[in-house]
Amino acid sequence: MDLDLGEDQQAIRDAVGGFLEKEVTPERVRDAEPGGFDAEVWRGLVDLGVAGMGLAESRGGMDGGLLDLALIAEPIGAHLTPAPFVETATVLRLLERVDAGAALADRFAETLASDASVATLALRPARSGTFRLVPAGAVADLVVGLDGDDLVALDAAPPGVGSVPSNLGAAPVSDRDANAGERTVLESGDAARTAFTAALDDWRVLTAGWLSGLADRALAIGVEYATSREQFGVPIGSFQAVSHRLADVSTEVEGARLLYREAAWSADEGLPRMGVLAGAAYLFASETAQKSAEESLHFHGGYGFTLEYDIQLFFRRAKTVALALDAQTPLLHDLAGRILQGSGRDLIGVGGG
Amino acid sequence: MDFNTGERGELFRREVREFFAEHLTDEVRQRVRETGTVHDWKLHRALGEKGWLAASWPVEYGGQEREASEMAAFYEEAALAGAPFDGLLTTLIIANTIRHVGSDEQKREIIPPILRGEVLVALGYSEPGSGSDVASVRMRAVRDGDEWVIDGEKVFTTLAHESQYVILLTRTDPEVSKHAGLTMFLVPLDLPGIEIRPIHTLGGERTNSTFYAGVRVHDRWRVGEVNGGWDVMGVALTFERTVTGGKETVRLLERFVEWAREATDADGRPRLEEAPVREAIARTAIRNEVSYLLAQRANWVAASGGLPGVEGSQSRLFYTTRFQRTASELMDVIGPEAVLDHNAEGAPASGHIEHAHRHSQVGTIYGGTSEIQRGIIARRGLKLPSAR
Repeated sequence: MDLDLGEDQQAIRDAVGGFLEKEVTPERVRDAEPGGFDAEVWRGLVDLGVAGMGLAESRGGMDGGLLDLALIAEPIGAHLTPAPFVETATVLRLLERVDAGAALADRFAETLASDASVATLALRPARSGTFRLVPAGAVADLVVGLDGDDLVALDAAPPGVGSVPSNLGAAPVSDRDANAGERTVLESGDAARTAFTAALDDWRVLTAGWLSGLADRALAIGVEYATSREQFGVPIGSFQAVSHRLADVSTEVEGARLLYREAAWSADEGLPRMGVLAGAAYLFASETAQKSAEESLHFHGGYGFTLEYDIQLFFRRAKTVALALDAQTPLLHDLAGRILQGSGRDLIGVGGG
Repeated sequence: MDFNTGERGELFRREVREFFAEHLTDEVRQRVRETGTVHDWKLHRALGEKGWLAASWPVEYGGQEREASEMAAFYEEAALAGAPFDGLLTTLIIANTIRHVGSDEQKREIIPPILRGEVLVALGYSEPGSGSDVASVRMRAVRDGDEWVIDGEKVFTTLAHESQYVILLTRTDPEVSKHAGLTMFLVPLDLPGIEIRPIHTLGGERTNSTFYAGVRVHDRWRVGEVNGGWDVMGVALTFERTVTGGKETVRLLERFVEWAREATDADGRPRLEEAPVREAIARTAIRNEVSYLLAQRANWVAASGGLPGVEGSQSRLFYTTRFQRTASELMDVIGPEAVLDHNAEGAPASGHIEHAHRHSQVGTIYGGTSEIQRGIIARRGLKLPSAR
């Protein structure tokens, strides 16, 4: 057991953190609304090398594992960064894994460097030839998704942020035509479903990292406000009715962080528990991010309800990202199914492995 | 970053699992359930013979110097097996405290029989008037030559009726501030003037009230300095915090899944196919994993030489509150039969979940209430201003 980050991991996080702190201010996040995409910020992440971190070194990437990526997703989420890091990283890992993805990965590596192109995974299979509400679908040049028995990659011009349906979290979602542009079949049949499931698990873990970052920052904003805001002659954070609820949130934020990291680590180690942990990490981070943002908003009193304060930005994105994949009930059922398929104490536990 | 518990931990885990499979019989479990005494001398001595009561101790004390991962595995397996180890926990807290702050004589006299599994020590901190505010104890100890005369009452002196000793937090100077006038004594329970009365609890466990009337204790039983009791308490609490991250909720989920696989609804369909049953399994598994990770984190901080203050409180807060919620929710999912207890024919999971619902209520109270834990997290972790 060693919960310290590796030296390289820490160095990259510091570099990304510095960039985000300087560039991705709350004003910048607001300016990107309602489309939810800031091309300059995305370009910045490309130039830092983190956008293509998951690509093989031969393609100009860093051969980063899922843990390396998730550790970056966390500060990116903390800043509510309007750039499709999680989406692109998910697809690049998929392309690196499937044989038919090699040529696409080569090409994408080039356009990523030259044009800061965007890739995304359609999280739900196509219905009637359409991928509905694709994350970063408004700006993605490459969309990968499951269409019937095929896992397909669509190289097609994105519809742009003008196509974004007005939504709670100003997420750059868009519907995408499953037959548009240049269509490559990556896998078919069981292999397609297996590859799609693996990609969804990657997305779950990266998104859990993103949401853990959001939860952590929302908590920090709440703590800061409770420390400086005075009522009845004392800081409101000295009231146990406030401080104890923040203590609960901080405990859950620590838990969410540990869980996404364990899930990512288990993926890199090739452990079969990864699927269970990915499902658990996404659900728990979703719950925690929402609770953190809600509690923090509440402790702002009337100001938390105004658009002027930043906490509403966190509140709106927490729910939006928690619902990006599916309703909560089917997510729980999916997780239960995986737990019950596992054998013995280690999967049921879930811990102890 | 590495989430592996380590090869040594896993090797030891297997050994511990086999030990409990052999020594923890249904007869023992049944006796524990009927008497509420969460201790078994035969099992305890067998642990002593294995050298496992001294598993983490230095070799000079006859210990095995096992690493943190091995100790975590030991406590996890003990909990998973449902081993009655309340006596082990309290006794080892005091053994460790004596090792750090006790006199050489105390070490010679007390530690070997403790590690052989022949002696238990009960904790005498709480009084009827002082729980969370533990430094407010009123029990008096007055010096009389080489002896001290102790008068007062302790409550929740769990296992006093099986123990050879009790550690008492007493007031030796009522004139100074409340933390400054305390002294700790290790008191043999067979001294004249001590009375033990049972208290029966909601969880089925027996604890005790203990009464001390003019009990004369030689000064050699004093632990730490006169009026230095609060410092000793600090050492003891450190060991209390680093002891274990519970696995009772894992056992709870296992029993629930077993039940769901066998139970059927009115139409003969397995309850395991019901949506609420499956959702409860998923929710519980998530909480269990987070509990496990928070405990591992506290252990890791301790193993790295730190004091897991905030981390320990977060671990304990999360685990104990989720244990309660989970037991209650699982009963809700089961339905009317869930209230049948282990004495009833056909009780779901042999009454295990119903018992957990009752038993889990104490987790958020002893060893620092949830409110105490939240206070530690808020002030030390979040740096929020204190109410005082």
